[in-house]
Amino acid sequence: MHGTPIDLQLLNACAAILLLLSFAMLAQRRIVTMVNLLALQGVMLFLATLLLAWRTGQGHLLVSAALTLGLKVIALPWLLHRLIRRLQVYWDTEPLLNVPGTMLVGLVTVVFAFGLAQPIAELASTATRNALGIAVAVVLLAFLTMITRRKAMSQVVGFLSMENGLFFGAMSATYGMPMIVELGVALDVLVAMLVLGVFFFQIREQFDSLDLHHLESLKEEQ
Amino acid sequence: MNATAWLTQFLEVIAALALAPLFLGWVNACRAWLQNRSAPSLLLPYRGIRKLFHKDAVIATGASPLFRLAPYVVFGAMVAAAAIIPSMGTGLPFRTAADAIVLVGLLAIARVFMSLAAMDIGTAFGTLGARREMMVGFLAEPALLMVIFVASLISATTALPLITERLAAQTPALYPSLAFTAVAFTMVLLAENARIPVDNPATHLELTMIHEAMLLEYSARHLALMEWAAALKLFNYACIGFALFVPWGASLGGEAGLAELAVSIPALALKLAISGLWLAVIETVSAKLRVFRAPEFMASAFMFAVLGLLVRLLLGA
Repeated sequence: MHGTPIDLQLLNACAAILLLLSFAMLAQRRIVTMVNLLALQGVMLFLATLLLAWRTGQGHLLVSAALTLGLKVIALPWLLHRLIRRLQVYWDTEPLLNVPGTMLVGLVTVVFAFGLAQPIAELASTATRNALGIAVAVVLLAFLTMITRRKAMSQVVGFLSMENGLFFGAMSATYGMPMIVELGVALDVLVAMLVLGVFFFQIREQFDSLDLHHLESLKEEQ
Repeated sequence: MNATAWLTQFLEVIAALALAPLFLGWVNACRAWLQNRSAPSLLLPYRGIRKLFHKDAVIATGASPLFRLAPYVVFGAMVAAAAIIPSMGTGLPFRTAADAIVLVGLLAIARVFMSLAAMDIGTAFGTLGARREMMVGFLAEPALLMVIFVASLISATTALPLITERLAAQTPALYPSLAFTAVAFTMVLLAENARIPVDNPATHLELTMIHEAMLLEYSARHLALMEWAAALKLFNYACIGFALFVPWGASLGGEAGLAELAVSIPALALKLAISGLWLAVIETVSAKLRVFRAPEFMASAFMFAVLGLLVRLLLGA
């Protein structure tokens, strides 16, 4: 650790906290807290992007930092909180696997992700290439969150967390995607959120619940 | 080994024996202040132990020799643990005798004997307490080992005094891995010492007890030793925490003189006072978990520790 500049240390700390927040989401049963954790993840991404922009002097990273702040810290959590209030869903049902079990699976996933990212990180030439493993781990943990939940709401939060992981991965491997791609993805996520919001109401109207369990059987079989 | 090293070793054990009840009293007093109660005397644990030593011991019919032996083994293990934790100085003569893994083993011996003694009498509550203790212990122990391994990875040794020396000698840097393991260690400390989120040390309701349920059959000098050992355990855990996460202030190295030792004593007192207050704050703001939520708590501690390990391995931070 001798001689590591302070900004790189801070970036590493951001990456570590990002991973921790993914675990917190995995263990959390309350949807409101999950959304807050997602917003915190956005804050960490914002800080990491700012630090990277300052370190590399690349102007376009400042734009994506602003985009992260506006979209992932403010707009999406606000939308989700509004949906939660409207739909009156505050709790997920018990996850498919109990919490200690999920955490252990999560730890194995992280080890797998780190192993997976090792050869890719060797190809990258950026200062932050070690954080690539963390990005892959965040993506896989978000997958796990989606797999172990039943409610549509928490699956969407998992989906958004996955997008955070992808964003962080692009940033640590190549200092961010081209601006046009980033804008496109940001718009996609926003639109997806709006469309899914409409879906929630439709699902609830059909089944009186947001439990996706009901979608598993076909109508004719009932 | 010079005379100062032996003096440090001697002082450390004496300080652990003498200060452990005071530390417990301090935590209890802080809790009382935070909860707007008038605080009990700081010396109350001493009086309790003295009172118990003056009583006549009563032993249940059918108790095996193990039941009589257990308090001495538990107390002895705690004193031995206190001798290898570098609470004041790292130049201990015992530093080559035992490393951090032996320390975890000593704590495990105490736990096993306590549980066996609790089951020895055959009462329902003793067995219940022993089972719960083992349930908490089997999850807390790997978490504690993981915490130690992270510090070992950073300092490239498993000897606790060397870990302390090397961590203190490092240039100050952000270590997310150490921050994670500090959280894990705090959780393990709370669980292993029967503090609030897992067990309530002040409870009188047998069904919710873990630690206290194992002591129900003990009286007089045996109970006094058990309570003293419990206080020592809390003291030892606090000192492990200082050795791993706040190594500053302890007299470092085998050549440290009397001046460093003189500084390390008030430093230890200050660290104990702050950590006691911190413990009381945690216990005041958190609610006791249901017994069956305790594994979740311990799983989180384990997860924090392993995350620290992984972050250390991947980021080198």
